[in-house]
Parts: sequence; structure tokens; C-alpha cells
Amino acid sequence: MEAVVTNFGMQAAAAEIFLLSAICVILLVDVFLNDQQRWITYALSLLTLAGTAFVTVQFAVDGRVAAFEGMFIADPMGDVLKLFSYGTVAVSLLYSREYLQRHGLFRGEYFVLALVALLGVMVMTSAGNLLTVYLGVELLSLSLYALVAFDRDSGIAAESAMKYFVLGAIASGTLLYGFSILYGVTGTLQLDELAIAVREVGPGNLGLIFGLVFVIVGIAFKFGAVPFHMWVPDVYHGAPTPVTLFIGAAPKIASFVLAIRVLAEGLDAMVASWQGMLIALSVLSMIIGNVVAIAQTNLKRMLAYSTISHVGFILLGILAGTNDGYRASMFYTLTYVIMSVGSFGMILLLSREGFEGDQLEDFKGLHRKSPWFAAVMMMLMFSTAGVPPFVGFWAKIAVLGAVIDVGLVWLAAVAVLLSVVAAFYYLRIIKLMYFDEPADEIGIQAGGTIRAVLSANGVAVLALGIFPSLLLDLCARVLP
Amino acid sequence: MQSTITWPILSVLIWLPIAGGVAMLLLGDKGISLGRWLALITTAVTFGISTLLWTHFDTTTAQMQFVEERNWIPLFNSYYALGVDGIAMPLVVLTTFITPLVVIAGWTVIEKRPAQYYAAFLILEGLMVGVFASLDALLFYVLWEAMLIPMFIIIGIWGGPRRVYATIKFFLYTFLGSVFMLVSLVYMYLQTCDAGQCSYAIADFQRLPLGLNEQLFIFVAFLAAFAVKVPMWPVHTWLPDAHVEAPTGGSVILAAIMLKMGGYGFLRFSLPITPDASDTLDWLVISLSLIAVVYIGFVALVQQDMKKLIAYSSIAHMGFVTLGSFLTFELLSVNGDTRGAAMGIDGAMVQMVSHGLISGAMFFCVGVLYDRVHSREISSYGGVVNTMPIFAAFMVLFAMANSGLPATSGFVGEFLVIIASFRADFWYAFLAGMTLILGAAYTLWLVKRVVFGPVANHHVAELQDVNGRELLVLGVLAIAVLALGLWPAPLLDVMRPTVENLVQQITVSKL
Repeated sequence: MEAVVTNFGMQAAAAEIFLLSAICVILLVDVFLNDQQRWITYALSLLTLAGTAFVTVQFAVDGRVAAFEGMFIADPMGDVLKLFSYGTVAVSLLYSREYLQRHGLFRGEYFVLALVALLGVMVMTSAGNLLTVYLGVELLSLSLYALVAFDRDSGIAAESAMKYFVLGAIASGTLLYGFSILYGVTGTLQLDELAIAVREVGPGNLGLIFGLVFVIVGIAFKFGAVPFHMWVPDVYHGAPTPVTLFIGAAPKIASFVLAIRVLAEGLDAMVASWQGMLIALSVLSMIIGNVVAIAQTNLKRMLAYSTISHVGFILLGILAGTNDGYRASMFYTLTYVIMSVGSFGMILLLSREGFEGDQLEDFKGLHRKSPWFAAVMMMLMFSTAGVPPFVGFWAKIAVLGAVIDVGLVWLAAVAVLLSVVAAFYYLRIIKLMYFDEPADEIGIQAGGTIRAVLSANGVAVLALGIFPSLLLDLCARVLP
Repeated sequence: MQSTITWPILSVLIWLPIAGGVAMLLLGDKGISLGRWLALITTAVTFGISTLLWTHFDTTTAQMQFVEERNWIPLFNSYYALGVDGIAMPLVVLTTFITPLVVIAGWTVIEKRPAQYYAAFLILEGLMVGVFASLDALLFYVLWEAMLIPMFIIIGIWGGPRRVYATIKFFLYTFLGSVFMLVSLVYMYLQTCDAGQCSYAIADFQRLPLGLNEQLFIFVAFLAAFAVKVPMWPVHTWLPDAHVEAPTGGSVILAAIMLKMGGYGFLRFSLPITPDASDTLDWLVISLSLIAVVYIGFVALVQQDMKKLIAYSSIAHMGFVTLGSFLTFELLSVNGDTRGAAMGIDGAMVQMVSHGLISGAMFFCVGVLYDRVHSREISSYGGVVNTMPIFAAFMVLFAMANSGLPATSGFVGEFLVIIASFRADFWYAFLAGMTLILGAAYTLWLVKRVVFGPVANHHVAELQDVNGRELLVLGVLAIAVLALGLWPAPLLDVMRPTVENLVQQITVSKL
């Protein structure tokens, strides 16, 4: 790809700069607020997201622009992914407010950490250099560890944060080790130079492959692909639900972009090597994720395993190693994020004082209590299962097309077979909501914001399912 | 008559019921007395509009008619393309004909969440019409799968005691069958891209040159989808469960229309897209069909549950549909018998329409009894004729039709298929002909045990004969069954050019 290199790249990084400044302001303002005025921090955070979006749109680029000596890249794909990330962070804040207030977690640090995590996602999205990639990864990961442990009185949250931190640190180390080997062989950390250097050294070089293995392990860990998935169920289960919702959204976009920047842009010549590794990761993720999800009784854990299986699908698109595949994978990631945010939002909707709403049993007879939200959950579940006319189906068909196109028909057959297994546990939720009688008569107590956002979320899943072109064309435009 | 309809009639047939269904959902159970009429009017108007399809249908051409086309997903070059030919049109009309009857049949019977009950059926109707009318494979697939959702809900909410097991089995079975079809559709789409023009149009798939191995894989994938839907032995086991547990309306729609989609799929996809693979593997389908006719016939004989018996009888009768469709290849390869081949497909089509009417009617009959006694066991009944003479007359008529009595629609389809199988091989005809004995045996024995004899118990003694609403449903179906049996020519005329074209298409090898 031909890159226009500008040395003075403030414009390319305008959104990041704006966000970082705003974070500093929020951090300062929050110090002077008491608990009754905490809503100001909340409002400022939402305003910041809107402002960042505005800046991103203002400085949107048509082609690929490299800044800061190529350390930083602005391109249309990055812009779209960033805008989506703002959206998911905003939605997750809207979903979370009531829960946080109820649990005494409605504190300024929460919003700051969420915004710093978002900054990490943005840095990863725009990374043009392996060090920038690593910077973004750490910025995101460290914020997430802290967020998971945010409810400091909860033993299970502390445990899962510990687990997340230790395993995450190992993964970051692995990633960094892989980068250092790549640097040792090629002598560059710059992604575009790396792509050229790999061709000169020859993609079959043993040192490169050795480094690649470590890089893949790091990426697989951040994605939560089997066999590097052990943290996912524990963290999803242990973290406060708003944090789980957060982890399921923007960081997934970040993992996708990590794979694209490093594998598809930096190491594209080694596709033959990483394709095989990703096939193994993908098939294992789909099998373990879907089969183990059946055995879960906690919805957060079930969705964690379901996430693992969806990661398998996202990897399908990437491993195709074609532009069609990357586009399909991007579409899948965005679609998945929309559905995942909605599903966790549903748990937040049900939760109330002294009631988490995260057991499968809690959904019993929801239909009687609230026909509309039962319908929303039904749409989300059918969509996640990949049943038309919901948007999840289009994500599935897009990645299937990508792998069939490169001659991996057997892989497509395995994928669809496992999606039938997956259908079972999504159907079980619908069964609980519609075919069973409610265990109690306590209705939904959530406020107006969460109801409105969740309704919009459900409608989006159906509308994008009937008119998939709205999102598909966007992905096609930025990844031609 | 020339097609003179300029407005998008097929879109109306799809979206009008869906809009009605959404309106029902918004109206809710509180406004149900209004809602019932809304449902009835919507379905009746839909049927009324669909009769225009019949009257304006051009019976001289095999071309798609009433075609609509709109760009839907430019990236996949997929179109919202609708149209019907002689195979699809009768099935669309069958769908719109049966649905109002289902609405009437549930009028006072459904007390639990009635608004959603009607909404589910209305939405289902729109989706089913769409399946028959799609010219784009992607659109077809979306509707084909989407259809499972309302049916899943219908069985799961309004079904019998084992409804959860039955409905999840139904969903997973059909889903499993369909996903492989999805893979093969995507595969063919990519083949069209290689050929220069990406397309999901079914017509383009039919023209697509494919090697024998590719065809075999695609054929098997299609077989998985359609065989489950028809259903063919040995993937039929979801059907008895689903039928037994479903509410009457659900059973009627399942038997009358959803099963037909399997048969339709064979005619629309398998035969023209993979003619050589169909030719190679026709022995498989023919054997499975004959097993269905004979073995399932025996299975039906021993059932204790009325709905189960009719479900098994459906499987046996649908065996004729697959037999008639695939006999074609035997006939063509043996002596190039195109007339016999056309007769086989004609027979399959007539059998589909006729079975839609008869099995629907049989399930309505069981529903009438069930609403009064709340038992589906044959042993709970006996001597119903003494207390319900009018009902008994209808039940005997439909039973006769089910066993293929001449002058009923059941005769025409089976007769055509048996004649066609005679042209192919005596033993096919012999085994297919067994149905005349078996079908008569299990149906008439059912009637004997339920309708005739002395009054069995006080439940039967207290039975009230059919009310006006039930009489309307059964009467309309009886007229249809007799009309099609006595004078099938209009149906055959509508189909003729399309069937001849189809036979023409499959005689040309793609290799």
C-alpha cells in the first residue's frame, strides 16, 4: 500500500490528542466533585466521546496517511473502527449507570479508566509500528485489569482480575518477545518496512516463523481463542456486569485490528504459515466454545464461551488471507459487538437491588413480565445464533464465503455444523423466556435510558438483518 | 389470459400478512376480539389477492411471471427478486388458502396469548409465500430459515406436554439440514463470480456448468436440507414429535405447507442445478421414497395416537412426491421417455397440493375431537358417528381421500406417480402400489375405531356435533378435495409448460 508520509502528523492523531486532553480534564474536575455531583463526570465522559467522534469525522482521511515517522497510521478502516469503538463505549456507559450507582461504583475513576482503555484501542487501531502496537495493547490491558477489579469488596472480582492480570502479562510478554525476534531477523519495527523485509529474507525463514508463533500466541490470547481462552469465562463471570459488557465490545475491535495490522499488513507474505495456525485456533475455538457453553448455567459464563466460538468465526475471515476475508472479518466483529453489547445490556436491564439477573433461570417467563424486552432478547439470541433475518446471519455468510473462496470448503462445513450446536443453547434462553412460567412476579425496574438504548439495540439487529448493505457497504468502502 | 397485473402482487402477498402480524402484536391480547377479525380479514384478503395470480396466470409459458426485482445487497449482487411459475404458483395459492382456515379454526380455541398466536401465523404466512416466490437463492434461504422462528414459537408456546422437546428437535433438525445448503449456495455463488458475473439468481445457478464431483457434493447438501423438510426416511423422526405436540393450527401448516417446501426444493434446486448428480444418485432417493411408502405405512398402522398416525401417513404420502420427482431420471435414461417423466413430476405436484388439503383436513378433524375430549388417543374414542353425524361424514370423506379413493384429490397424484413408475420398472410400481392397501388399511382402521362402533364412553356420549365455524373449515376443504379429484385439469394446465420445460432442462447434461 502506498503511504503518504508526513512528518508532522498532529492532524492524523487529532482524535487521540483530544481524548487524552479530555481525560486529563475529567480526572481533574472529578477531584472537586462530591458524590451527588458525580453525574458531571458521567456527562463529561459522554460529551468527550461525542467530541472525539466529531474530531475523528473532521479529520477523516480518504487514503492511508502515515504520521510521526510512520509510527502512526490514519486510514479509513481505522476511522470507522474508532467511531464504532466510541459508540460501544458510549452505549456501555449508558447501560452501566444504574448498576454502578446501585453498587457504589459510580466513581470518576471508572469513567477515566474506560476512556483510557478506549485510547488504547485507538492507538492499536492506528499503529504503524510494532512498538505502537505494544503501547496500545498495554494501555488497553492495564485499564481493563483495573476495571475488572473495580468492585474491590467482591472476592470473585478480585480473583478474576488477578487471573486476568497474570495471564495477560504473560501474553503481553509473549507478544513482545515475538516482536523482538521479528526485529532481530528483519532489523525493523516499522510494519510497512517489515512487510518488505520479510519478502527479502524469505517467508520460510526459521527465525521469522519462530517469532510469528509467539506473535500469534499473543494475539490469540487477546482474542481469547482456544487454547488461550482460560481467562475469558472467569473474567466475564467475575467482573461486574458493566465491565463484562465493556470487555466484550471495544477490546474485541482492538483484537481484530491487532490481527489485521500485524498479520495482514506486517506479515502478509507469511500467510501460508499463519493460515495453518489460525485454522487450528479457529476450529478449536468453535468446538470448545460451543460445546462447553451448553453446560453453563450462568448467562455471563455462557456468553463468554459463546464469545470464544465467535472468535473462531472472526478468525475464519482473517485466515482466508484475502481482502474479502478481512472485510468479512471486520463485518463479523462489528456485528458481534452490537449483539454482545445488547446481550449484556439485557442482564443489566434485569438486575436490580440484590439481584444480578445473570443466571439463566432469571430469564424464566420474561415474556410474561415484558413482551417487548423478551422479543429484543429473542432477536439478539437468534442473531447471535446466525439465524436470518437477523444481522448475525450475514456475518456468518460473509466469513463462510471468504473461506470457501480460498478452497477451504471443509472448514466452512465444520463451521456451520458447529453453529447448529450453538443454536441449541441460544434456543434454550428463548425457551426459558417464552415457554416457561416466571418464578416470581417482580417486573423490570430499570430506568428509561437503558430501556431506550436496549430497544434501539434490538431494532438495529433486525434492521441491519433486513438491510445488511448499510453495514456491509461501509466495510467494503474502507477495505476495498 | 395475459398477465396484466402491473402492481407488485407478490410483495403484497408477502408483506400484507406480515404487516397484519405486526399490527396484531401491537394490538395485544386486550384487543383480541378486534384482533381476531383483523387476522381473518388480513388472511382472507391475502387469499383473495392470490386468486388474481391464478386468474391472470399465463398458462402458455414456462417463464417466471409477476416478476419483481430490486437491488438488495449490491456487494453480493443479490436481488429482492420475486416471481412464480407453474410449480410455485399453486403452492402460493395453497398457502394463502390454508392460512385463513387456520385462523378460523383457532377462533375460540386459543385462550393463551391469542394475539401472538395469530401474529405468528400471519408472519409465517408471509414468509412461506416468500419462500415459494423467491427467485434469488439468498432471499430464498433467508426466508426458508426465518420461517423456523414463528413455527418454533407456535409449537413451543401452544403445544402439548412435550412441546419443548418437540420444538427444539424440530428447529435443530431443520437447521442442521439447511446449513449445508447454505454452504453449497455460497459455493455456487463463488463459481458464478469465477465465470465473470457474480449472482445469487436461482436461474443462473441452473445454468451454471458444474463438474460431476461438484454436483454430487451440492446434491448431497441439498438432499440434507430438503430430505429433512419433506421429510424422508430416515430423517423423519422430528415430524411425528412436532405434529403430536403442535397445536392444531401448527400441525395443519406443518403438514399442508412446510413439508411441501422440501418437495418444491427438489424441483427448483436439486433437479435443474445438479441433473447429473441426480441421475447418478436417483436410486438413493427412489429407494428412500419406497421405504417411506411401505415401511412408514406399516409404522402408521400400529400407532395409538391419531396425530401420530396422520403424521406417519404424511411421510408415506410425501414419499410419492420424491418418488415422482426422481423417477424422471430412470425414465429418461432408460428410453428417453419424456412423457413419463413429465407425468412423474405432474404426479408429484398434484400429490403435494392434494396432500396439503387432505392432511390439513385430517388434522382439523383431530383438532375438532381434541378440543372436545382433550385426548388424541384412538382408544379414547369410538362410536363418534352416533353423537356427531355431520363431523363423521367429513372425517370419512377425508379418510377416503387420504387412502386415495378415486374422485378425491388423493387419487390423482398417486395414480399419476404409479403410472409413471410402471413405465420405469414394474417393481417400483408394485411397491408404490402397496400404498393403496396400506394407506387404506391404516386410515380406514382409524376411522373404524374412532367413528364407528358403539359409543365407547361418556365423553363420546356427551359430544356436540360441529359448530358453524368448524363446518365452514371442513366444508371448504371438502369442496377443494372433491374439486381437485374430479377435475384436476386446471391445475395440470397451469403446471404443464413449466414441467415440460423442467424435463427439457434436466435431459441436458451439464457435463
